[in-house]
Amino acid sequence: MKQPPALHDCRDAFVSTLEKLAQSNNNIVAVCNDSVGSSKLAGFSDKFPERLINVGIAEQNMVGVGAGLANGGKIPFVCAASCFLTGRALEQIKADIAYSQTNVKLCGISAGMAYGELGPTHHSIEDFAWIRVLPGIVVIAPADPAETSAAVKFAANHPGPVFLRLSRVGVPDIFESTHRFEMGKAACVREGSDITIIANGTLTHRALDGAELLAQHGIEARVLNMATVSPIDSSAIINAAKNTGAILTCEEHSVHAGLGSAVAEIVVQNCPVPMKILGVPGIFAPTGSANFLLDEFGMSAEGINDAGRKLVDKKRV
Amino acid sequence: MDLKGLRDTARKIRLLDLETVYNAGAGHIGGEMSAIDILTTLYFHTLNIKPEQPDYPLRDRFVLSKGHTACALYVTLATRGFIDQALLPSFLQPNSTLNGHPNRVKVPGVETNTGPLGHGLPVAVGMAKAAKLSTEDWRVFVLCGDGELQEGSNWEAAMAAAQFKLDNLTLIVDHNRLQQGARLEDTNSLAPIADKFAAFGWSTTEIDGHNIEDIANALDTKTVSKHQPTCVVANTSKGCGISFMQDRVEWHHKVPNKEQYEQARKELEGAAI
Ligand SMILES: Cc1ncc(C[n+]2csc(CCOP(=O)(O)OP(=O)(O)O)c2C)c(N)n1
Ligand SMILES: [Mg+2]
Repeated sequence: MKQPPALHDCRDAFVSTLEKLAQSNNNIVAVCNDSVGSSKLAGFSDKFPERLINVGIAEQNMVGVGAGLANGGKIPFVCAASCFLTGRALEQIKADIAYSQTNVKLCGISAGMAYGELGPTHHSIEDFAWIRVLPGIVVIAPADPAETSAAVKFAANHPGPVFLRLSRVGVPDIFESTHRFEMGKAACVREGSDITIIANGTLTHRALDGAELLAQHGIEARVLNMATVSPIDSSAIINAAKNTGAILTCEEHSVHAGLGSAVAEIVVQNCPVPMKILGVPGIFAPTGSANFLLDEFGMSAEGINDAGRKLVDKKRV
Repeated sequence: MDLKGLRDTARKIRLLDLETVYNAGAGHIGGEMSAIDILTTLYFHTLNIKPEQPDYPLRDRFVLSKGHTACALYVTLATRGFIDQALLPSFLQPNSTLNGHPNRVKVPGVETNTGPLGHGLPVAVGMAKAAKLSTEDWRVFVLCGDGELQEGSNWEAAMAAAQFKLDNLTLIVDHNRLQQGARLEDTNSLAPIADKFAAFGWSTTEIDGHNIEDIANALDTKTVSKHQPTCVVANTSKGCGISFMQDRVEWHHKVPNKEQYEQARKELEGAAI
């Protein structure tokens, strides 16, 4: 029996990298909304008490303050539960961050359905949709601790707006600790030529497990980890369509306007092939934990295997 | 119900809330204990409501703006007969109608869905305005957390309520001096809350939010000042009724272990009423 791999909360890699960067760069500051605990910023606060700006429960103000700090030469990492950061402060994100091209790093913590039983008010399954339509914000959903750490380093060095979409739901290691993040470049985490599965965040390891089941049915799936949702890697998508002839996408997000839709925009305009988009199927989710809900919505290894086999059948007709 | 009955009901609701959070392994027990005397007074004394007809058009409206304390609302609604008490053990379980924040589509008696802070007061202003437009005399009550008042939406609504002269609207602030991660005074103190509302054109009072008689008096129609919305600043204690939780920030959403659960039960059962 294979031992199940150890699971990690990517918030830990996020804060340890942020603290390291802040050590060598005095301009890095953290801004939060009474979310020191849920953003795991207690260590940052101990080390750099002056550089943790807690505005209280006031997300619109938080994002505006972030833009002002950037104007004054700081590099603010604005950390809040993704549902409130993106939902509550969307217009501030549009006008003060994206349109104004301020050097702000928006960190959406516990995105997707990480808040599980707390219900749809706390689920952040619209954030890809809301943020990826704004020009000039890099949207990144890392899949494991190494990629999280690399993405935080990228964000600190990138001169402009970044949205980091982070989860607290446990994920196994996928990448080596030396992994380098490349903006807008998909990482091929499994080779295959019968179908391509595109995923990111908490879904990449599920996609890999689904690919293993497909292999037992003689179907070799390529798995692309599409950490950057905007700007998206169109050449990797077009190659996948041309070389494998079918694309399955998986995301901890609504099936509308998220990763799957971003992929479909490239596919339909360049190289149409059969596609299936797995995600939250256009409903407010029932009560349950993130992992329970992902399984319910067909994103267990078995669910991904089923969807993959159906898609390959479609390709054959 | 007389005062003794109300106090006993509040005690029973506290016990049931404790049990429900303990069994679910999650909840926001501190802010629930802080609000239960207010919820009990509203549901068993003040509100004109019909559990058998939750959508009775002339009912008084209550909005739990601090939606994270949904469990206390569920327990109160169950005790008052809006929902079956047998539902309570399903709190947070897969596919339960009782998730961590109240949902009007799923739970009879809930007026509007809350969870993101700072939504209740604007919606309540709309409700109160609707009653005025229809020249009906039902009233609207909102319960907000004190930390919640850091959200700017509340202050936009506060201005509107005064402008519209909504004397059928009462905001109760659960002033327990703690928010999620710290004390208000170490985050964004908001003090003095009552003076701020007065400056916004509201009639204000400050009460002991655990004294049922004070709460009942402050919510009585007789104390409403004409043409002004009312803000009741209820001085409370987070975790009230359970010694080791009281006024401690970590009990915002901590869950008692078995030993703590037994101890809390004992304290609530033994409390004088
Ligand atoms: C818009 C929004 N931001 C952040 C949160 C996370 N949150 C839930 S409860 C809470 C603290 C609330 O404090 P307070 O209003 O004082 O409530 P109480 O002390 O009565 O529990 C926070 C920050 C939220 N629910 N909504
Ligand atoms: Mg409080």
